Amino acid sequence: MLRIALLMLFRDRAKYVMLVVGLTFCSLLMTQQTSVFCGIMLWTTATVRNIDAKVWVFDAKVEQVNEVIPLREIEVTRVRSIPGVEWAVPLYLGIEQARLGDGSFQNVQLTGLDTATFVGRPMEILKGRVEDLRLPDAVIIDQVGVEKYRKKGIKIDIGTSFEINDKRAEVVAICHENRSFLAQPYVFTTYDRALQFAKPQRKMLSCVLAEPKLGISAKELAARISTIPGLRAFARDDLFWTTIRWYIKNTGIPISFGTVVIMGMIVGIAIAGQTFYLFILDNLRYLAALKAMGARMPILTAMVFLQSFSVGFVGFGIGAGLTTLFGLKVLKLETPPFFMPWQVPVAVAGVIMLICCFSALIGLRQIAKLEPAVVFK
Amino acid sequence: MSSEKNSALHSVAVRVDKVTKTFPNGDTPTYALREASFEALAGQLTMIVGPSGCGKTTLLSVICGTMQTDSGRIEVFGQDIGCMSDAEVTAFRSRNVGFIFQQFNLIPTLTLVENASVPLILQGWPYRKAEEKAASVLENLGLGKRLRSFPKQLSGGQQQRVAIARALVHDPRLIICDEPTASLDAKTGHHALELLKQSACRQDRCVIVVTHDSRIFSFADWIAEMEDGRVVKSCPAAEYRHA
Repeated sequence: MLRIALLMLFRDRAKYVMLVVGLTFCSLLMTQQTSVFCGIMLWTTATVRNIDAKVWVFDAKVEQVNEVIPLREIEVTRVRSIPGVEWAVPLYLGIEQARLGDGSFQNVQLTGLDTATFVGRPMEILKGRVEDLRLPDAVIIDQVGVEKYRKKGIKIDIGTSFEINDKRAEVVAICHENRSFLAQPYVFTTYDRALQFAKPQRKMLSCVLAEPKLGISAKELAARISTIPGLRAFARDDLFWTTIRWYIKNTGIPISFGTVVIMGMIVGIAIAGQTFYLFILDNLRYLAALKAMGARMPILTAMVFLQSFSVGFVGFGIGAGLTTLFGLKVLKLETPPFFMPWQVPVAVAGVIMLICCFSALIGLRQIAKLEPAVVFK
Repeated sequence: MSSEKNSALHSVAVRVDKVTKTFPNGDTPTYALREASFEALAGQLTMIVGPSGCGKTTLLSVICGTMQTDSGRIEVFGQDIGCMSDAEVTAFRSRNVGFIFQQFNLIPTLTLVENASVPLILQGWPYRKAEEKAASVLENLGLGKRLRSFPKQLSGGQQQRVAIARALVHDPRLIICDEPTASLDAKTGHHALELLKQSACRQDRCVIVVTHDSRIFSFADWIAEMEDGRVVKSCPAAEYRHA
């Protein structure tokens, strides 16, 4: 009877299309919005992902990577004094103002790397060499910066110079980095030069990057370093999740996206539930006839669930497919943010199936109440 | 011709003995059947007739087990329907009863052959075999060229023929017809009954038709008249018409 159930569904084109469209819309909305939300959350952790260090040491009051409270230079030495530290280097992170050739301004994320080791160097150099950072006024700019300037009609290439806080900077390489939350271009230079570019303060060190000795985990070392008064250390993964949790807790982003996702769910339930209920009501007479002819409730239940789940499967498939196309398109442009971990489609599929269950159950309620004798009325 | 003589020729297919059925209606229940008793013989077309509201359809419903009785006993081919569980009655109906409904109740999204094969599929036949059997029955009923049509593409008479095919396809021993001519004009109704009698009536099969259409009484072998929930008269059709 399952084939009969599918034929009854597929050949009722108007309702079938409406059910599929409803669930597609619901699936698209939930998958796309959740993926954009995940993308935004990923943007907030761009610095952690761009700089390859196992342990990050900040001021004790720092709660996430984009919030920097300057430290004293001596903290590098204090971190190095902790047993289990293989090495520790300073890092400067700050948002500075760059002035372009045409006089316009652009905020940049200035990153000062340890002059001797370049720990935290860009992971992908598209043009030029990292070692050229040792040249006077040298900086490396990322592709986002190149694109931003290009849109303003300024071509950035190796040898191009501009100003950071009125001090001359010259591009020696172009890199590709993960985009930051505020979409500001990353500009890398040496730690010492970063301090020259930055506006002077009493304390200038943003954080210390450390490497644990062999046999010591990053978490363990972070715990040890955190015993130093005034310092808080994070293992890289912990910093990543702490940052995401901070944004979830302290910004309206999850509420905004959550509202859209819940709306998608409600629309799905309303359209799919109502249409499926109407579909069952329209077929009630025939279902009663089937009951009279000997179809038992388990058969009818299987028929209704199959109809409901097949609509859900198709709707989810199209919705997830459209989201993937959207993702492929925006990943090339790198905006808006988009990240679809496998958990997103799995969770959305689960929600769609719940909607289908709900729709099937309200239809089955009618069928269960149905006396086969009504076919004679 | 007496009923005794008839019983000798034909075995009793359906025996309804003092069956009562009430429906709740406030404090006082409404009696649909009041100790109704009735017999239908195999090899005959039995009509249950009477005015609207006399209990014809209720009697039909209890005979085929789609409705439970308050009291009394119903035997169909020697099996006591009242003693069966819901699942047993459903299985019994699936194997032994063919239905022809007043509104035909053909599923509009299924083709004729798919509609006619439903009783076989319910019995677990493979789709292809079920459709082959349904196609051969439809061909016998003159619908061989319309197997892949949908019910709405057919006239009322043709739809009735599909309903007859669906009722016969699984070779049931009891055929139940509820007002089979109600949705048809006189000529088409007459033709449908002719076809039903030709194709359904067999020595080991009982056909029960509920109707208030006196124009088709001539097709009956036996007529049971109902009034106010009781079978008030049960006799051979010729005798009934003569009376």
